[in-house]
Amino acid sequence: MASKGSTANRYKKMSMSPKEYKAFAKEKEPPRSILGNCIKAFLVGGTICVVGQAITELFVHLMNMTPEQASNPTVAVLILISVILTSLGVYDKLAQFAGAGSAVPVTGFANSMCSAALEHRSEGLVLGVGGNMFKLAGAVIVYGTVAAFFVGIVHLILGTGGQ
Amino acid sequence: MIFLWAFLVGGAICVIGQLMFDVLKLTPAHTMATLVVIGAIIDGFDLYEPLIKFAGAGASVPITSFGNALVHGALTELHTSGWIGVISGIFKVTSAGISAAIIFSFLAALVVRPKG
Repeated sequence: MASKGSTANRYKKMSMSPKEYKAFAKEKEPPRSILGNCIKAFLVGGTICVVGQAITELFVHLMNMTPEQASNPTVAVLILISVILTSLGVYDKLAQFAGAGSAVPVTGFANSMCSAALEHRSEGLVLGVGGNMFKLAGAVIVYGTVAAFFVGIVHLILGTGGQ
Repeated sequence: MIFLWAFLVGGAICVIGQLMFDVLKLTPAHTMATLVVIGAIIDGFDLYEPLIKFAGAGASVPITSFGNALVHGALTELHTSGWIGVISGIFKVTSAGISAAIIFSFLAALVVRPKG
């Protein structure tokens, strides 16, 4: 976004109004293939879920866990993998290719936290890393928590809480 | 067989996210927040657990399961310890995911030299 703004200013000097620039940029924008993006998202997202399933099976068979017990360690392992790939710069390349396919799985959640932490490292450990880690993931946590609260309240009122 | 369903269901949820990016032109943050809320509402109707039974990691790995887990913790705690459970139970199930993400990300920030 920032780079878009700076190019807009440059073109402004070449006597192009922001409105004209917008039209100009839209004309030059590469056409986005929605179908192609969806196929990529489907393949990569599906593959990440298969990896998750494989990790679950490992925990179930090697450590005699129930599938429910295995879900927490599975998520932790996926997050660890995602953080390592983010640190190596691999996950962001994958994200450019896969779009939502790498953003929607829990690995994308970890990626958003890890990349924010790495990006703001130079601002210090407390203000930079601590303060910015939830910059993107915060939206997920806030809206998830508020939604869960209201769903819980509805169940409390209806008297249908608990399975 | 569960691997196939994990692939298909997980992929399908990602396609929903991609359509929200491309067709509705939502930002990633808006998309993720919406998906989490959808997951929470689905679990409110008690329909997310059956999906996990059916598709395994295909349902438990996408971010929608985060909403499901938040609601699940709240409802389980509501059942066992009454109304306060709505507040105290929310993060009970999701602790592993959030804690792991915070700890690993922090360690990565300590160790990794940022590029550029």
